[in-house]
Amino acid sequence: MSVSRSLLVTFSALLAMVAMPAAAQDSLPPAPYAYNQLADPEQEAVAQDLMETLRCLKCQSQSIADSDAPMAGDMRHQVRTRIEMGEEPEAIRAWLVARYGDYVSYAPTVSETTWPLFAVPLLLILLAAIILWRRLRART
Amino acid sequence: MIAELGLAALWLAAALAVLQLVAGALSQRQGAEELAALVRPAAIVQGLVAAFAFLMLLVLFAQTDLSVKLVAMNSHSDKPMIFKLSGAFGNHEGSMLLWITVMALAGSLIAAVERRLPEKTMLATLAAQAFVGVGFYAFLLLSSNPFERLPVPALEGMGLNPLLQDIGLVFHPPTLYIGYVGLSVAFSFAVGALLTRQVTPDFARAMRPWVLGAWIFLTLGITAGSYWAYYELGWGGWWFWDPVENASLMPWLAATALLHSASVLASRDALRTWTIMLGVVAFSMSMVGTFLVRSGILTSVHAFAVDPERGTFILGLLVIYIGGALLLFGLRAGTVSEGTRFSVTSREGALVFNNVMLTALLGIVLLGTLYPLFTEAFDVRVSVGPPYFNPVGAIFVVPMLIVMAVGPLLRWRKDSLARIRLPLLIIGGATLAALVLISLLTSIAILPFLGLVLAVGLGIGSFMPIRGRKLRLLPIATWGMMVAHFGIAVALFGMASESAFSEETLAAVEVGGSADVGPWNIVLTEVSPTAGPNWTALEGRLLASYDGGTAIAVTPQSRNFWAPPQETTESALATRWNGQLYAVIGREAGEGRWQLRLWWKPFVTFIWYGGVLVALGGVLALIGRVMADLKRRAIKSRGAIRRAETAA
Amino acid sequence: MKRWTLWVPLALFALFIGVAAYQLTQPKDEFIASTMIGEPLPEFDLRAASLDRPALKTGDLRDGKPRLLNVFASWCIPCIAEAPHLETLRRQGVDIVAVAIRDRPQDVARFLANYGNPYSRIGADDLSEVQLAIGSSGVPETFVVDGQGIIRYQHIGDIRASDVPLLMQKLAEAQ
Repeated sequence: MSVSRSLLVTFSALLAMVAMPAAAQDSLPPAPYAYNQLADPEQEAVAQDLMETLRCLKCQSQSIADSDAPMAGDMRHQVRTRIEMGEEPEAIRAWLVARYGDYVSYAPTVSETTWPLFAVPLLLILLAAIILWRRLRART
Repeated sequence: MIAELGLAALWLAAALAVLQLVAGALSQRQGAEELAALVRPAAIVQGLVAAFAFLMLLVLFAQTDLSVKLVAMNSHSDKPMIFKLSGAFGNHEGSMLLWITVMALAGSLIAAVERRLPEKTMLATLAAQAFVGVGFYAFLLLSSNPFERLPVPALEGMGLNPLLQDIGLVFHPPTLYIGYVGLSVAFSFAVGALLTRQVTPDFARAMRPWVLGAWIFLTLGITAGSYWAYYELGWGGWWFWDPVENASLMPWLAATALLHSASVLASRDALRTWTIMLGVVAFSMSMVGTFLVRSGILTSVHAFAVDPERGTFILGLLVIYIGGALLLFGLRAGTVSEGTRFSVTSREGALVFNNVMLTALLGIVLLGTLYPLFTEAFDVRVSVGPPYFNPVGAIFVVPMLIVMAVGPLLRWRKDSLARIRLPLLIIGGATLAALVLISLLTSIAILPFLGLVLAVGLGIGSFMPIRGRKLRLLPIATWGMMVAHFGIAVALFGMASESAFSEETLAAVEVGGSADVGPWNIVLTEVSPTAGPNWTALEGRLLASYDGGTAIAVTPQSRNFWAPPQETTESALATRWNGQLYAVIGREAGEGRWQLRLWWKPFVTFIWYGGVLVALGGVLALIGRVMADLKRRAIKSRGAIRRAETAA
Repeated sequence: MKRWTLWVPLALFALFIGVAAYQLTQPKDEFIASTMIGEPLPEFDLRAASLDRPALKTGDLRDGKPRLLNVFASWCIPCIAEAPHLETLRRQGVDIVAVAIRDRPQDVARFLANYGNPYSRIGADDLSEVQLAIGSSGVPETFVVDGQGIIRYQHIGDIRASDVPLLMQKLAEAQ
């Protein structure tokens, strides 16, 4: 691999390693609810639980609750605003999934693309039971 | 010169590995003594030469030799020396060199120290170790040469990612790698045993200390990594089921299962097939993890410089090694006879149960980690994270913890619950009391609730084996088991507590203003600029007082590095016996106010204290086993001398 | 252990190798596509992002004429690269409206002065609300919207010269 290409690869990998890219930064302040909590602690708890299960689209692998990226802040603003207006967390999740697909949500949902994620644990339970039954049948 | 020396040493080490492989393999056939005699020395010298190569790399980084490509891309003259040195392995090529060095040294150590196995099995083991080594030497030398020179020396280095410029980098990769690669010994032992059909209690007894050693380091490495991510990334998270985190957890799960399985094999000559399979699986998980991290096919905050070419090379190595070992397993494991039988309520029964649970958990983590990769092949993108791993993992972890609390009390081969009903009552009583108290005094989600309750039960249960035994006569290895199990309980308590009781406050505070989080009151007294060797920062000075007590100062920073240009937040921690205050200062929020992020995390430190306890338990177990083994060998040799004397 | 179960680990491993090998041959696709293709645009009413172009609201995109909706920002580097190609499209008669993400008017003005202004309308999206609502996950992105305000196609990343004919074709299909 040529020097310049490997330099580029490494540099972009280094950049990709952080949630806050140094190159592109907007100059507007964060959204009002990006770094502010809702006044009602119960609503805030509901919002926080939801945010921990929504994926930051500009980061490598983080929830929007854990990211400093401006877009994550805007998504937090959306979540908190909607919770404050009384929207259900699952409705907010569905709204985001309707726009970005399952990728944006960490919460497992059973669908035609994710059913193995649930079938396999059941299979494992079954297998474990069979193995244990066969091994541990009373024999001395 | 130094780079060339290092490269030459690497080639020499590779050649020695080839020699070790060829000699070890051929000595199986003919019993050729000359060839057999070469194997151990080859292994020992290989380790020393590989270590020399790694030392050369360290020297290059210490000197910031910018004519070497790796140094130019990953280092900088302004970096503090400790990060210059640890930066040597903070990149793909350097960490691969660390990998191969640990592997070679592990081989040297077995060759020098291991005397308990039949010679033929030892040679097969060393040959297997060399076989794996050769592939990784080839990978290094042909596609990831750390000593490559630049045609023109760089004027200045590109620097090390500021997130890595932290003491954590000094501990986390080396301990993790000694753990990962140490498991190659178990792999080689398993392959050697399969090849020579020597799956015996002696084999398990020989393998156990090596697995323990690797496992101890792996435990420490994961614990260190978790704590490092916690305070470095600025959001107070200590585990995210990120693919690379899982890549370190999967070998650990396999190694834990292997430890316990080898225990059964060593004491009771049972679970032979299972032990062999786990020996192969553990290092296979290490190799799969290396592949996932370095090939770029999975998205992760952790991934190294991604290159599909390298990914393909490593995949090829996986096919040869893991495929080969599993093929051998399929062919030979059927001929391994099963050992003695045992009943359900017995220590073997408990260990089998937990082994099955651990393996199932390993399967879940593997499935969840690889699933996005699988669906991407169909152009579908999904995200699998904590909301999946936590509950699904709990299905297997909860029964495992229950059995773990009681298992050590059971006797081998056959026991009855009635015999241990008093300790059972104590454990059950304590667990029930915890259950009632916690449900009455708090209202928390089901998983943290289960975690707290089980942590109490397991904590008490782990020291129950002391009952009815003289403390001074208790074997050290038993102390090791109790401490390790207790460590799990402590860590679990920390995890559950952090999840259930953490409180967070986000506030825009002006200088002189204050904010509250949990029982803390925090006053921002000033925000001032400060600087370090390769960064400038804005440092906030916070006076934090717990429950109205004396105020302590914490100083979070918002740092700006210049090579490479990047902003990081350096969190400030105030640690008490019952938890940590975690403070981060962010941007200016307008009108002279500063964005403060404050957390109060009760008992979060228990997570890592627990991890350290687990490793400590392993150390005690290792000491106990090694001492017992030395004693046994001394008795055997004294017996042999006496027999020789009486015969004479 | 039954004979055949001993082969299960190898079989699972083979499956993994197959998937991994296949994935290694695929180009690394970091983009998250919008799932709003075929859906109508959400209702929005943005203020003007620059002094010399009018503001943008959903009604402007429902006048029967297909057009391009370009999501950009002054702080976005690849947006500079795509500016000449947007100009090419405009000269071929394509109506291009823009949503400026998280941008101050003076920064937008500076960007347009430096790199050209192919837009007929520019709306300011300070909180990324419209961006989120149409399933855009970064800048720059370009959407083909038909005359009834329905999203027909999404192009992620900057527009290259080779993308211009494709966009023209998608616009024609949106008639």
